[in-house]
Amino acid sequence: MNFKKIKNDAVSDWERFKSKKTTHVLVGTATCGRAAGALDVMDTLKQKIEKRGIDAEITQVGCMGHCYAEPLVIVAKPGLPAVIYGYVTPGIASVLVDSCLLKNDPCLEFALGALEDNELIPTIYDMPRFEYEQRLILRNCGNIDPRNINHYIANGGYAALQSIFKMTDKGVIDQIKKSGLRGRGGAGFNTGQKWEIARSAGGKSTYVICNADEGDPGAFMDRAILESDPHAVIEGMAIAAYAIGAASGYIYVRAEYPLAVQTVQHAIDQAEKLGILGHNILGSKFNFEIEIFRGSGAFVCGEETALIASIEGKRGMSHHRPPYPATSGLFGMPTVVNNVKTFATVPLIIDRGADWYNSIGTEGSKGTAVFALAGKVVNTGLVEVPMGITLRNVVQDVGGGVPHGKRFKAVQIGGPSGGCLPETALDLPVDFDSLKRAGAIFGSGGMVVLNEDNCIVEAARYFLDFTQKESCGKCTMCRLGTKHMLNMLEDIVHGNGKVEYLEQLTELAVDIKEGSLCGLGKTAPNPVITTIRYFRDEYEAHIIEKRCPALQCKDLIAYYILPDKCERSCDSCVGVCTTESIFSGKKRIKVIDQDKCVKCDTCVAACPPEYNAIIRISPSSTVPETEKRPQ
Amino acid sequence: MEEESIVDQITPILKGYKRKRKNLIPILQDVQEKLHYLPLEAIIEVAGFFDIAPSAVYGVVTFYNQFRMVPPGKHPIKICLGTACHMKSGELVSEAWERELGIKIGEVTDDMEFDLERVACVGCCAMAPVAVVDEEVHGQVSPTKIQGIVSAIKREDEDELQEDKK
Repeated sequence: MNFKKIKNDAVSDWERFKSKKTTHVLVGTATCGRAAGALDVMDTLKQKIEKRGIDAEITQVGCMGHCYAEPLVIVAKPGLPAVIYGYVTPGIASVLVDSCLLKNDPCLEFALGALEDNELIPTIYDMPRFEYEQRLILRNCGNIDPRNINHYIANGGYAALQSIFKMTDKGVIDQIKKSGLRGRGGAGFNTGQKWEIARSAGGKSTYVICNADEGDPGAFMDRAILESDPHAVIEGMAIAAYAIGAASGYIYVRAEYPLAVQTVQHAIDQAEKLGILGHNILGSKFNFEIEIFRGSGAFVCGEETALIASIEGKRGMSHHRPPYPATSGLFGMPTVVNNVKTFATVPLIIDRGADWYNSIGTEGSKGTAVFALAGKVVNTGLVEVPMGITLRNVVQDVGGGVPHGKRFKAVQIGGPSGGCLPETALDLPVDFDSLKRAGAIFGSGGMVVLNEDNCIVEAARYFLDFTQKESCGKCTMCRLGTKHMLNMLEDIVHGNGKVEYLEQLTELAVDIKEGSLCGLGKTAPNPVITTIRYFRDEYEAHIIEKRCPALQCKDLIAYYILPDKCERSCDSCVGVCTTESIFSGKKRIKVIDQDKCVKCDTCVAACPPEYNAIIRISPSSTVPETEKRPQ
Repeated sequence: MEEESIVDQITPILKGYKRKRKNLIPILQDVQEKLHYLPLEAIIEVAGFFDIAPSAVYGVVTFYNQFRMVPPGKHPIKICLGTACHMKSGELVSEAWERELGIKIGEVTDDMEFDLERVACVGCCAMAPVAVVDEEVHGQVSPTKIQGIVSAIKREDEDELQEDKK
């Protein structure tokens, strides 16, 4: 089928979808939406709409990026502006049907904002965050039905693929090189250069692999893109394949992402049906097919050589580079491994030109960056900003800052391989090189915000515990060195740390970096190095004073009920205590039996906020003497 | 009804694949999907199919977190302890799960109803802390919510039992 006909069909399908003749209800049902109960909301909408006999069409769309307000529902009704509703429960859903769909009340009390200019309410684009956001990689996420290829095509999809057939393979690579696109997987290698190496390596067959093994805990944008806009990734891969002369490709997705696997498989099937994948793509001489490989949960497989070993059916252990996969990769053939976001960017560059892309971002880092904001921040979710804006912009302006009036402590970037940056580093521009200088790495783009209640030493211990477990065991320094670092950090959080540990940790960190083959070992000490660099006082408090400044490390804190704040007639804490260690003492004031307390924090949550009588004290030895439980 | 032997159950899976080493992990995934775990017998059978040493397959099985060699509970519970979940008191929540079910992470309850497993990240960081119960993702799980989740499952099972009796 020729592309013109495909495009015409797609456009008419899309226009029907966008037309304001019937009412359209869109529900965001990516994994995070589902976790918040989007499927229940959709069921309610369906039942209610059917029961009331309303003429409306329900469509499932992907992730809109506003994960904090999930589940999200968009209602586009003739005569009313399209409005996006947040925090929708089945109850609110049925109100929406009765008031908005049946009558003409737009239910603004549940609205986040409108999606188009109107006279009733501001649009979501008027939110302060959109002053900074620029959605290129996430261009279609949440706007189109990821299970309908027509939606992608009607929004300009596959036009780039169609247009490259007029170009030579070298021409495509030149465009990508000129654009300055750097790999979004973390290391930031120049994409066009990588393709050129693979093309000139001259193997019998070459491969394209999409790295969607998002093993970095705290990052979820690759999942969101695959679930919301799978065709963008497929198109990018096909363009790469054309450029390097590959006939087959793999998408390496984590098995922990079942919905992403499903969505991508569906997308591949649809593309094959239209002749966009397979033999003689869109009437050209170019053949390309894509297979999904489900990764089995090993963090090290995000490293390209380990990933390739895994596809070959082996233990996912990395090997020495060079040779780089671009010259000798999968089955010994030249292989291009790029991240999901890199591939999703490629069609845009071909479409709009290298110069356009080159104009976004900074001198050394072009384009946009996608971050998965999580942790102690108001607007958790996906954020896409041009390279070069500051971390403060991302955390404070786009992310909305730290909730509940707490104090910002650090932002953790790049996952277990990244670093923790303090308040003073917030004015750093976000790009590959600045972050590296500060001791963090760009990584895949996970950004977890820590507030004053998070212990920085415990955070470092957590990351090391993770990398230590995930080390494939090949290099001695990585296998044993991380274990020793972990032992020391565990001693510190348990109150058994020694002063010389700080020196030893720093020394070992350097050795591990030098003595490891792959990125896992080379970056594993980063969280420890940066936390010692920026938060040395917290380490010292743990080691010398046996005090946890964040009141988090269990062995260094004690729970205590302030007698003058305890309301006495309220028994909330007694009722919830999991070990029955709280009892009523003199004048019914509640007392904690320190010997029995397991520090589960349940009583703090249960104590009504108007009393706020239960506090944590560190060091635990300073807890005031309390009365003993009557025998 | 007599139960099918492990070999009988995996033979049809093996038939769908070519004897190429790159199919090893997909085969193991399919076998685990069917049996819910990878017993030693299955590992030996798969090794035989590829004509490689069982230790080579064992090496692959133990390398990847996805594979398990002990049978799971009827309702598997995966507690996410990714960065975001960890920072949002995931550790306290995971202890609450352990208390509620009376088992430690990695164990199965005596009646084989529930098992607890910790996973690195399920990619729902915005909803942290997260737990996956019976493939369903639960967001913002607090210790008090856990009791509700467990008792809802128990009640459903009881209802089913009542239905069956009828």
